[in-house]
Amino acid sequence: MQLTNVDWAVMAIYFVFVLGIGVWLKKSIKTSSDFFLSGRSIPAWITGLAFISANLGAQEVIGMGAQGAKYGIMTSHFYWLGAIPAMVFVGIFMMPFYYGSKVRSVPEYLKARFDEKTRGFNALTFAAMTVLSSGVSLYAMGLLLRELLGWDFDVSVWVAAVIVLVYIFLGGLTSAIYNEVLQFFLIVFGFLPLALLGLRDAGGWSGLKERLAGVATANGFEAGAWTESWQHLNSPTANPMGVEWFGMAMGLGFVLSFGYWCTDFLVVQRAMAADSMSAARRTPLIAAVPKMFFPFLVILPGMFAIALLHHLGPGGLDWPKAKDGSLNYDMAIPLMLGHYFPTGMLGIGLTALMASFMSGMAGNVTAFNTVWTYDIYQAYIYRNASDQHYLWVGRLATVFGILISIAAAYVATQFNNIMDLLQLVFAFVNAPLLATFLLGMFWKRATGHAAFAGLILGTIAAALQHAWTIPAGATSLIKGGWFAAIGQRLDISNPVFSIWHTYPSDMAQNFWKAIFAWTTCFVVTIVVSLFTKPREDRELVGLVYSLTEKPKDDAKTWYARPATLGVIVLVMCVVLNIIFW
Amino acid sequence: MGLDIRIPIGAMFALLGAILAVFGIFADQAIYAKSLGINVNFWWGLVMLAFGIFMLVMAKRAKQN
Repeated sequence: MQLTNVDWAVMAIYFVFVLGIGVWLKKSIKTSSDFFLSGRSIPAWITGLAFISANLGAQEVIGMGAQGAKYGIMTSHFYWLGAIPAMVFVGIFMMPFYYGSKVRSVPEYLKARFDEKTRGFNALTFAAMTVLSSGVSLYAMGLLLRELLGWDFDVSVWVAAVIVLVYIFLGGLTSAIYNEVLQFFLIVFGFLPLALLGLRDAGGWSGLKERLAGVATANGFEAGAWTESWQHLNSPTANPMGVEWFGMAMGLGFVLSFGYWCTDFLVVQRAMAADSMSAARRTPLIAAVPKMFFPFLVILPGMFAIALLHHLGPGGLDWPKAKDGSLNYDMAIPLMLGHYFPTGMLGIGLTALMASFMSGMAGNVTAFNTVWTYDIYQAYIYRNASDQHYLWVGRLATVFGILISIAAAYVATQFNNIMDLLQLVFAFVNAPLLATFLLGMFWKRATGHAAFAGLILGTIAAALQHAWTIPAGATSLIKGGWFAAIGQRLDISNPVFSIWHTYPSDMAQNFWKAIFAWTTCFVVTIVVSLFTKPREDRELVGLVYSLTEKPKDDAKTWYARPATLGVIVLVMCVVLNIIFW
Repeated sequence: MGLDIRIPIGAMFALLGAILAVFGIFADQAIYAKSLGINVNFWWGLVMLAFGIFMLVMAKRAKQN
């Protein structure tokens, strides 16, 4: 891929604006609340766009494109079955507790609702996970830019990291949020022409369907497997994802999506920065509207790529290969950018791609510095310092968080398996979290000991599921089957040291892991709660549904009411599901 | 918060859009073989320019109120 001066100019202008926003905002950061919470002063449309943009990291753009190529329109379940209903739920039902209780972070809610150990566990794992994800994001970006443009890995990683560092260091969460809005529009404007050109080239949706029917039958599926999202979910063998409807709806739709969108501080932090309760509740609802159209920006290009490959034949498209010789699916979107965009537009597209990496990283870094400062430093290291002290710690945490991310990116280049393993461990920890929050918010009887026990045992359940099962065609121990491997090594054969179940795909294994972990945590928390002493009602006001006054809608217009907005969003989402049934 | 975000967004998109549109007029038309013969630089540049101006106008109106 060749860049010319106009592409470079586009990139340079973007970097100037990103840094400029940070510099401009520096003077408005006076207290730690300005730095970590934007002084709770941002209007809903801005927090709403930041809400999705913070999640628009590498994983979203590159990953969704890759899955679009691998699985087709079924990938949209991540949105139309998972994210959108979850965003409506968090806006309507959960935000009153996050925003109304005046906690400053999600772990702090756990402290207020349950106890110190539950918060500590969540804060430590979350902090470690965010710096790690931001490192993985950097690593992926460095790799991609090297593959695509021949850029030096060190230069890409350091330049991106330093830019993110500068604008967060100066302007804190406000700067991150403002830049996320800028990045949101850049991503839309950079990718929309790709969707339009690709559709036109394929001969519209019907033309694309025809081409993808060829892909589906060549892979041994029914002709519609790549273009119909629900019709092939009867059995895991009928679709490329290897999942059936229950695992999909319960695992992805409920546990994983609700778990992420409702409890992950990375996104919830954006809503907490809103200027009123109503704005905080509207944040995820406003976010849901553009979010439901993102499949057209990020999944479609992957589908174009695989359709084009099939249409042109193996020699027609120069698709980079992975180490094992298979298609490198992560290159689907970059490949399409290079295929359809002439120089000029290519600059916009590539800058949008970089913007997505940077917004994802900035989201992680701002969530990290807040949790580190409020939930770890202030809670366990230095309790009663001045506000200026915590502001200073937050800025320092930003620097260290980014340095650790860079270190993680380099570890990933040497020991990719370590990164995969760490991410797996965090997946275990995250899987049960939703149950803890649901019981915490909607069942006043739930106790701190119970929540802690539920989280620990839920995490263990996830790990055990992984140890006893394996996805079909797994080649490494990262994928599971640990007990069987130990048994083989020690030459023991009994039912404990064997594989209990083989899932048709990694996805199916993940979805079911989430289901097991959630159920374990849910049951354990309920049972232990019944045997432990509940907290008094008056201590839980503002933290639990039944003891909290229902938030009044202070919005003047009907369309700004969270409940109305929620219904509109859900109806639109159902319509999309029906159209692509 | 001391800064209306619509101003930098508007300014950036207006600038990028203008550059792209002008480049689209003067660049060698052969490069558009990739984009199905459509001068995507010119047209998409115009769209971005219009969006940028719209954002700036919104910011100006908010300031007047």
